[in-house]
Amino acid sequence: MKKVVRGFYSIAYAVKLCKPNVICAYPINPQTEIVENLAEMYANGELGNCRYITAESEFAAASILVGASAAGARTFTATCSQGLILMSEVLYNAAGMRLPIVIANPNRALSAPLSIWNDLQDSMALRDAGIIQVYVESNQEAHDMIPQAYKIAENKRVMLPFMLCLDGFKLTHAYEPIDLLDQELVDNFLPPYTPQAYLTTKRPLAFGCYAPPHIYMEFRVAMQNAMERAKDVMAGVFKEWAEVFGRDWGGHVEVVYPDAKNFVVAMGSLVGLLRKVVDELRKEGLSLGLVKLRTFRPFPVEELRKALGNAEKIIVIDRSVSFGYEGNLSIELKSALYGFSAEIIPMILGLGGRDVPKDFLEKLLRDAVLGREKGGFKGYKEFEEVIP
Amino acid sequence: MRFFGRGHGACQGCGLVIAVRNVLDALEGKCFVVNPTGCLEIISSQYGRNAWNVPYIHSLFDNAAAVASGIAEALKALGREDEGKVVVLAGDGATADIGLTLHGMFDRNHDVIYICLDNEAYQNTGHQQSALTPFGEATTTTPAGKLSLGKMRKKKDMVAIALAHGSPYVATSSAVLPADIRRKVKKAASIEGAKYIQIHCPCVTGWGIDGKDVVRVGTLAIETALYPIVEFERGKLVTVRKVKDRKPVEEYLKLQRRFRHLFTSPEGKKVIAEIQKIADENAKRYGIDLKK
Repeated sequence: MKKVVRGFYSIAYAVKLCKPNVICAYPINPQTEIVENLAEMYANGELGNCRYITAESEFAAASILVGASAAGARTFTATCSQGLILMSEVLYNAAGMRLPIVIANPNRALSAPLSIWNDLQDSMALRDAGIIQVYVESNQEAHDMIPQAYKIAENKRVMLPFMLCLDGFKLTHAYEPIDLLDQELVDNFLPPYTPQAYLTTKRPLAFGCYAPPHIYMEFRVAMQNAMERAKDVMAGVFKEWAEVFGRDWGGHVEVVYPDAKNFVVAMGSLVGLLRKVVDELRKEGLSLGLVKLRTFRPFPVEELRKALGNAEKIIVIDRSVSFGYEGNLSIELKSALYGFSAEIIPMILGLGGRDVPKDFLEKLLRDAVLGREKGGFKGYKEFEEVIP
Repeated sequence: MRFFGRGHGACQGCGLVIAVRNVLDALEGKCFVVNPTGCLEIISSQYGRNAWNVPYIHSLFDNAAAVASGIAEALKALGREDEGKVVVLAGDGATADIGLTLHGMFDRNHDVIYICLDNEAYQNTGHQQSALTPFGEATTTTPAGKLSLGKMRKKKDMVAIALAHGSPYVATSSAVLPADIRRKVKKAASIEGAKYIQIHCPCVTGWGIDGKDVVRVGTLAIETALYPIVEFERGKLVTVRKVKDRKPVEEYLKLQRRFRHLFTSPEGKKVIAEIQKIADENAKRYGIDLKK
């Protein structure tokens, strides 16, 4: 049944359908409305036996979920920006303990300067944590990804935290007609969480033992192997979703106009605008395709090589920076395409919610394809008179 | 030995181990142990040499109270509360310094028995000062020197902090009082909510004492009133361990390397006098002196 709802509701509603046992979060914009909606459902008795806990910080929220998840509970939290960074010590730990916590992260810029607006710097900072990261383009995709997130994270071959990244405000606060999922279909798709190992007095086990040098590396290799296996598990879950629910969001990457000579690569809601821009530039005669990267961790190297192996120019749109080098996605892509001949043009734009107008994007891509544009920071000069 | 012990690597005479065994015995092993990074974690949880025969989790240094809260809530959500009590076994640094999540646990009153094993410094990493290091103690980060006589602040009053949060059960005990530990843990287990028990645990290496003197030194801490043994229910003081013929603090201090510097200068004597004042205040505050 389609209903016009806002992004945060579409996430909260999907979480409810997944029947989590423990929800714990700390308010931070633009995430707050997700947990507000869950709190309202909790207050109205719509979450069954779920425990909803208001933590005193994101650090505590993540820690509470570590305990809950280790005890065998299905867990959910949402955070972003400073909150995600504050959680980071715990999230690295959760990944190492192989706890399948699901996190919704409405991407928001990092301070300083303080900004509540959108870019991808926050989740990029958690790149190496051992957390699965998927970026979505629309609220329907976000809604659909929540049950898939649990199914992937809780798969015995994976057992890793899952972070769903959606652009803060741009998606969370946008109204969209959403085909809200049906409880029975979700129940059939997502079985209850039955971990192989959990804290119980019936069979005492230890979590979080420390590992001396002779054994530490084995655990880290196991994490890497789990991430590798996650690629296959995710592909299977994506496919199953398309079959059961009739909405195919593609695999780890979605390729539009695969026969093009040049490509633009991006993640998140910006892809929606890029679809239109690419269409118009193609009308001008430019050979331009679009690669939407959905899965950022594990990084789908094979799929990207297949899509971009013969490209001449690849314009990578980044909304985060590795200061001292360049945009994070372009770094990743250059590494994935090492040995291939494409020229990679990295562009960093839209930081801290800076608008990326359609005309501006058209000009950038046109100039890049025609060889008149070399990349770098774009669209930031409105205030150059005050920032020397 | 039923619930803890096999393979642990603690020093001979370690107060932590005495305390932990009595805590687990009191709960008959029906508990979930949350243990932040520290001495106890290092001596008991090496992969392949796990010394715990109860479900055990070590997450980080700074989040034991929150992890315990999560377990307690998960057990409720899953209808498994009857499996056992959730117990934190944390060091003094993890409790009074870096344990950021303690106040949240108290505030929301999760059903957790939080036990602080107070050996009065970061002993695992070689004796650095914590907020529970007592006045006048020399540690590696508050050493005695030409301009310093060791730590010049008093122990943080965690009992008062727990009480201020409205904790339904707050108590102190000592590794030298096994029966007292067991009684208080059983009492705490019978009360719903976030309980706090602080157990004084002599540390052989950090305090600079012989293993054979652990009980003697621990007992003197009580007999000098430097470590009041008290018990609060619903905010009301219900028991105090009384002392007949309270001993002067020198008797306690002189046995330990960590206070050695106080006995070698006139300034040190002044610090000892200050420490005596702290003991006197404790005795007055809790009515420790047994009237003749």
